Amino acid sequence: MTTTTQPGIRPANATGKITYTPVDGRLLDVEDLHVEFHTDDGIAKAINGVSFTLDQGESLAILGESGSGKSVTAQAIMGILDMPPAKIPHGAVKYCGVDLLTMPDDRRRWVRGAEIAMIFQDALSSLNPVFPVGWQIAEMFRQHRGMNKSDAQAQAVRLMERVAIPAAKERVKAYPHQFSGGMRQRIMIAMAIALDPAVLIADEPTTALDVTVQAQIMSLLQELQQERQMGLILITHDLGVVADVADRSVVMYAGRLVETANVYDLYRNPAHPYTRGLLESIPRLDQKGQTLAAIGGLPPNLLRIPPGCAFNPRCRMAKDVCRVDLPALREVASGRHSACHFAEEVIDA
Amino acid sequence: MGKYIIRRLLQMIPVIIGTTFLIFYMVFALPGDPTAGKCGERPCPAAYVAKYRAEHNLDDPMPIRYAKYVAKTATGDLGTNRYGVKVTEDLKKRYVVTGKLALMAVAVEVVIGIAAGILSGIRKGRFIDNLVLVSTLFVISIPVFVIGALCQYFLGVKWGLFPVTVSAKPTLYELFMPAFVLGSLSIAYVARLTRTNLVENLRADYVRTAIAKGLSRKRAVGLHALRNSMIPVITFVGFDFGGLLGGAIVTERIFNIQGIGGYIFRSIYNRDGVAVVGAVTALVIVYLLVNLLVDLLYGVLDPRISHD
Amino acid sequence: MTESATVVQAVEATNAAGDVGEARSLGADAWRALRKKPLFWVSLVLITIFVLMAIWPSLFTNTDPDNAVLRQARERPNANAWFGRDIQGYDIYSRVVYGARASILVGVLTTTFTVLLGGAIGTLAAYAGGWVDALVSRVTDIFFAIPLLLGAILFMAATQPRGKPYFVIILLVVTAISILGWPSLARLMRSSVMQVLPNDYVQAARALGASPWRIIRKHIIPNAMGPLIVVSTINLGAYIAAEATLSFLGIGLQPPVISWGVSISDAIVGLRTTPHMLAFPSLFLSLTVLAFIMLGDAIRDAFDPKTR
Repeated sequence: MTTTTQPGIRPANATGKITYTPVDGRLLDVEDLHVEFHTDDGIAKAINGVSFTLDQGESLAILGESGSGKSVTAQAIMGILDMPPAKIPHGAVKYCGVDLLTMPDDRRRWVRGAEIAMIFQDALSSLNPVFPVGWQIAEMFRQHRGMNKSDAQAQAVRLMERVAIPAAKERVKAYPHQFSGGMRQRIMIAMAIALDPAVLIADEPTTALDVTVQAQIMSLLQELQQERQMGLILITHDLGVVADVADRSVVMYAGRLVETANVYDLYRNPAHPYTRGLLESIPRLDQKGQTLAAIGGLPPNLLRIPPGCAFNPRCRMAKDVCRVDLPALREVASGRHSACHFAEEVIDA
Repeated sequence: MGKYIIRRLLQMIPVIIGTTFLIFYMVFALPGDPTAGKCGERPCPAAYVAKYRAEHNLDDPMPIRYAKYVAKTATGDLGTNRYGVKVTEDLKKRYVVTGKLALMAVAVEVVIGIAAGILSGIRKGRFIDNLVLVSTLFVISIPVFVIGALCQYFLGVKWGLFPVTVSAKPTLYELFMPAFVLGSLSIAYVARLTRTNLVENLRADYVRTAIAKGLSRKRAVGLHALRNSMIPVITFVGFDFGGLLGGAIVTERIFNIQGIGGYIFRSIYNRDGVAVVGAVTALVIVYLLVNLLVDLLYGVLDPRISHD
Repeated sequence: MTESATVVQAVEATNAAGDVGEARSLGADAWRALRKKPLFWVSLVLITIFVLMAIWPSLFTNTDPDNAVLRQARERPNANAWFGRDIQGYDIYSRVVYGARASILVGVLTTTFTVLLGGAIGTLAAYAGGWVDALVSRVTDIFFAIPLLLGAILFMAATQPRGKPYFVIILLVVTAISILGWPSLARLMRSSVMQVLPNDYVQAARALGASPWRIIRKHIIPNAMGPLIVVSTINLGAYIAAEATLSFLGIGLQPPVISWGVSISDAIVGLRTTPHMLAFPSLFLSLTVLAFIMLGDAIRDAFDPKTR
């Protein structure tokens, strides 16, 4: 067990070796990303050619059901996919113009946490149960910055105060199970923003929380993002959560982008039947007494994605062409893209 | 914490009383005349028999005999064995030997078992993993006395690496092979347990977090996953201590070690009930104390367990 | 659990649902996983052979195990006596075949008794709760505090098996190991029932007015038995090894009874000159122990989706 850092092996400021500067404010450039999982039953194609960008100070929502590939996309960007079984046969993830996928791991490691940080859905299981929370936050400074123990601890207290944990000084030595769900997620956030990352990925950050706490966490994220001009990627299946926070949103289905739009347009006037279905399945206060419209059927088996448009077996508008031709993501209005043969009809409907 | 220890110690009292009564009953319920063979070929004189029976309360019913025994034990007197030597004197000498042997076995078990388990866990499915899995299965399935005899023959007699038997005041070197034999089964279990827990913890969310924090794989596995994996392993080592004490009887017999195990065994053969009860009781109390210690350690290792 | 693992499982789940078109029970799922495991079949075949050997030894050999050919004593394995002959001139192959009975009997009977006793007591403690649980748990602690081997030695010494008939000695050994083996199973069953109790189906059955006996029989036992079955399968091997150890120490089965433990015990003295005397009984004993451990492992893995 190595409990202490080994001086000399790690440079005092590892990120000092390479500094990443965004070109024209562009932080991330995901290009034609493919991810597949090699299982006993065959190859599951989790991501099938996803491209998007993220700029400084921008917040992007990735929407979709579970199994749509949104979390896998985030993990591919972070470089925390288990390979095997995962494999990235094609694509690029460029951070400030540098492809992370071809970067040797000893260099990429310093990007993780310091440049691109991530928070997860279940903060209780994502924090190590046997170490105090302050220690876990301080570990960022100790490992990345080579800071000594007491300085790192002071930084941890400062961060815990920043994410509004009451009595941070006393609670810095407490263990994860001694906090409430919302407080734990705040600690995860404190850990993620510790080294001032340029990109923050939040994977379903509020799913496990109470509704009131959800709102607090979202506003904390928004506040931090604006304060630090971070690029924020919000992954969620809950469209209600992102409405106030996200600028732009992309909708994923069966490992592809099916629609991209700004949040306002997406809500008011979806350009893909799947997005429409997702919106209709949100309970609304102004439509009391009506049956909630759920999307019929199940997401496709990733081992055998249907030919043509992957959504066709569940689509009310599906025609013969949908079962044969894979619709490309095309511009359907200014700043809006949809991968539906009948996108115009969907918008007009 | 202090309260917890006191509560646990109090809980131990009925267990110790029950356990010692059980042992007492098994030993003294022995059929046959305990004075038989004490006076050579002839039967003992009636006066001697009467004195002996009175001294050991043989005419009282069992619970009363037991109560009288406990009362005597409470004063630190475990009685005398059939040669007239105080049992406490015998135990004092022999406890050092068995204690050394058992502690060395634990050390061997922890060092080799955990190392093998880690190696196997981080290389799951590879050659070294299969090697560890297969070889531990072998060790588990071969009875300890066969392993002991084989080690003694090959390592001791044939290749002369270790002494074949052990002197009355054994050195660590003399005890190494017996300790290895005694701990062999536990080594296998510890290795498998470490592996299972490590493999499971490697998939835990917090290890993913550790990687996402930009920690090296070595640190994520060697510190974050391993620290959690050690909790059940250490608990096992503690609870297994009783097994080691029982196994010491076999090991001490094979290597002719003058420890508690050999003492119990010889006393059983000599039908020396006083000595057996004294020695076994001492073993059981040590075992219970070790268990308490492990419980306390568990609270230190796993902050989620509270001893308030 | 990481997302990739979830994806893999989700894929497997939807895949399976699509293929079979019906929800499969955990049991059917486990059986499907078990069928694919070569180790499962290997252990099953081995166990079948040993059980047959125990029931009809004459299926495997025509040689009388009690026919000593002194002229050929110590003969190495040859065409005439496949495993050679021991110092008495007995045919080792035949003695190994006939020796299976003692081990299998002890293993199977002890497992039956410990499962029934431990299972019943553990279920009772968990279901009744309150003072019954407290009392039963303390009694369990008392038995648990005596290491298995140590207690079995005491018990065997107390009951003096020497000279008693075959089945009586076997039953004594079974009783000795059972008395000390049940507490661990009772603890296991208790915690397993505790996990089942809060489930909705148990509460629903209670609300519907089902009798406690019916709830225990229909809802609790089927759902809480899993760990008990796995552990006792593995224990069966350990009990067989314990029996052999008792025989080795000279307080279990005794010659002229034929058993692997007795044969090994006899062979260890002459390890240098007649290694084949030790090799074959040890091999069979180890294979039996191994077979049960592998069977238990395979069943556990099949029921635990995480390790699949």
